[in-house]
Amino acid sequence: MHDMSAPVVHHHAPPTGFIRKYVFSLDHKVIGEQYYALALVAVYIGLVLSWIMRIHLAWPGFAIPGVQYLSKTGAPGGVLTPEYYLQLMTMHGTVMVFFVLTTAPFAGFGNYFLPIQVGAEDMPFPHLNMMSFWVTCVAFLVALSAFFVPQGPPLSGWTAYAPLSALGQIAGPGQGTGQVLWAVSIAIFCVGQLLGSLNFISTTLDMRCKGMSLMRMPLTVWAWFITSCIGLTAFAVLMPACILLIMDHVAGTSFFVPSGLVVNDQLQTHSGGSTLLWQHLFWFFGHPEVYIAIVPAVGVVSHVLVTNLRRPLLSARVLVYSMVAIAFLSYMVYGHHMFVSGMNPFSSIAFSFPTLVITIPATIIVLIWIGSLYGSRLRINTASLFALGFISMFVSGGISGFFLAQPSLDVMLHATYFVVGHFHLVMAVAALFGIFAGTYFWFSKVTGRMMNETLGKIHFWITFVGAYCIFMPFHYLGMAGNVRRYQAFVDDFMGPLMPVHKFITIAALITGAAQIVFLYNLIHSRFWGKLASQNPWEGTSLEWSIPSPPPFDNFGGKIPVVYHDPYQYGVDADGKDYVMQDSPEQVVSARDEK
Amino acid sequence: MQSRPTLSQGGGGYPPKVPGWDMTALANSSPASRTGVWVAMAAITMTFVAITSAMVVRQGASLDWRHFTLPWVMYVDTLVLLLSSCTLQVARKRVALYARGVQAGRSIPALWLWLTLALGFLFVAGQYVAWLQLKAQGWYLATNPSSSFFYLLTALHALHVLGGLAGLTLVIWRFSRRVPTLRLSTLTTVSYYWHFVDVLWIYLLLLLWARI
Repeated sequence: MHDMSAPVVHHHAPPTGFIRKYVFSLDHKVIGEQYYALALVAVYIGLVLSWIMRIHLAWPGFAIPGVQYLSKTGAPGGVLTPEYYLQLMTMHGTVMVFFVLTTAPFAGFGNYFLPIQVGAEDMPFPHLNMMSFWVTCVAFLVALSAFFVPQGPPLSGWTAYAPLSALGQIAGPGQGTGQVLWAVSIAIFCVGQLLGSLNFISTTLDMRCKGMSLMRMPLTVWAWFITSCIGLTAFAVLMPACILLIMDHVAGTSFFVPSGLVVNDQLQTHSGGSTLLWQHLFWFFGHPEVYIAIVPAVGVVSHVLVTNLRRPLLSARVLVYSMVAIAFLSYMVYGHHMFVSGMNPFSSIAFSFPTLVITIPATIIVLIWIGSLYGSRLRINTASLFALGFISMFVSGGISGFFLAQPSLDVMLHATYFVVGHFHLVMAVAALFGIFAGTYFWFSKVTGRMMNETLGKIHFWITFVGAYCIFMPFHYLGMAGNVRRYQAFVDDFMGPLMPVHKFITIAALITGAAQIVFLYNLIHSRFWGKLASQNPWEGTSLEWSIPSPPPFDNFGGKIPVVYHDPYQYGVDADGKDYVMQDSPEQVVSARDEK
Repeated sequence: MQSRPTLSQGGGGYPPKVPGWDMTALANSSPASRTGVWVAMAAITMTFVAITSAMVVRQGASLDWRHFTLPWVMYVDTLVLLLSSCTLQVARKRVALYARGVQAGRSIPALWLWLTLALGFLFVAGQYVAWLQLKAQGWYLATNPSSSFFYLLTALHALHVLGGLAGLTLVIWRFSRRVPTLRLSTLTTVSYYWHFVDVLWIYLLLLLWARI
């Protein structure tokens, strides 16, 4: 048994003044809420962008009302030019991946709940934590400012492949100032995430309360800790890559642009650069990034499931080991994004093998969930529904990954809608379901009020069915040869696929409308929701031992002592079927981690 | 009775003798800051590893790489930085002696801290001189990929040195107050970071000497 002696306790007075309390707050809870709010704004911007894209794809000549105000040259009269479609697509991906999927499940929930769940009063570096949010906020504003420069945002995709992204204005609208703003935004974002990861790692390793051994930490804490370790190394590589890209634009260097390029009938003066270098640097970050997006959601789903299963998982320990294995392997697989890039074909084997191997820990995690669900009486509420939905989306999206992992198949499927379907299901929708599960689960702790269950279930079912209606047909489209990142499908072999696109667009608009239900529920419940008890879900982890909302120092000056792991469910304890982590009550249970 | 941890273990070793200042009190020393600085060093290392790999790839990607001789001031700068690490170590010992009341007066420990700070600024000035020397020979940022990487690596390193100088300034400021508020963990963290910046420079010098 590993006992941690009590960590340093910094007793500080409650913050006073509006600015210190709500703006430049040092409180990890406020910072978590700020991150969540930023992600909320970002997700609706990304959603609207996706609507505009989908409407254009299904009805190419349609004048979308209002878009002409976004860009007179990009969407004259509301009809998107081909370039502007690509520009919106680039920003959709950038905003969603960076400012929603990296921000909400990791920085949002993690900042709020990690210190509480390990029994700490706050993170060890509150000033750095505050800086990390405001740096991320600046990055977000810089990214959005790309919409308002004369040529608009870049059109090279969220992956910003060179040489298109490195050539400058000549490569197309938005490739000048827009691309530089994009690169600056992402470089700033990397700094913010590194500061955040620093806090998460230090909190997990050094701020645990007495009795909180590593194996007694909730799965959410493990997930955030593993994510921050991945983020530390991944973002530290993306930042110099963005610096090199900025230098190619403003300093006249040629890191990514080879010689002999003729663009718009003009021979480019760049020489010697390597376009493949950008891809290697980007995807070395890019693949761990998708695990940064999904691992926190895996933790949240595990946590929500356990609480609603009312019994421990088959093996939380193996689940932790699997998450660690995924993190470790995530660095070895990045080349599967580059099978058709022109790199040595033998490298494809070297990347394909670990890509297939990484499915093993992922499958183990899913089997632990499914095995734990088997024979259980899961409490059905919106949070547990979204947790189940996550499993469904993760499996559906993951299965298509098997096909893409094999170079022989990827040759046909690369850059088709098959890939788009795969990553939207396995990463975007699944992580979003994790965010929703966490929101419905922890809303009562953060605000002291419950979210409306009826509206929550309406939100869930429309989103669940809608997401499948949108993204399942993408696989069919991909296998039929539908190329991705095209603004219109004029080739004769894609013509017959238009009805599918129309169906998808209608599904997307309906599913998007359901997110308004969520927003309404969120805001209405915040002010007028039913008052919540301290522990409405009868959870065992430390966040349920404190009032809702928690006091500024989390535990009211009394740091808890932990006696159990957070899976003591299904026990017979004083009329209850669970034992809180900080309860000294010793009950007979199948297993209790030390 | 629990024995008091030694200096190297994060404790004061002896009961503090400076009235009102216990730099090693549990409430003030933080194992988290040591974890934090190691995490920061890991991230910074990854950044420079990424640039190193970019440099190796870029050098092999094309035949346009032109070598040049490193400005001599870079070697002088190396000695300056190594010396600053030595003075910082002396400063740490002196501060500890003062904290224990073994050494009377703060002027000697403060002097060693100021010396470290001065050597750090001298290093940054030396980097600027190196850039001027290179410029005088016609090697600018975009002249050749070799010069691009030279300026990028040295500028990025200098930026991190400036961060270290900010940390040293904080240490000096806290140490120089009427009643010092300097914590052992702050001094240790800043020292670790400064030595790291030194080791990083040795690596960069070898890399640039070998490949540029």
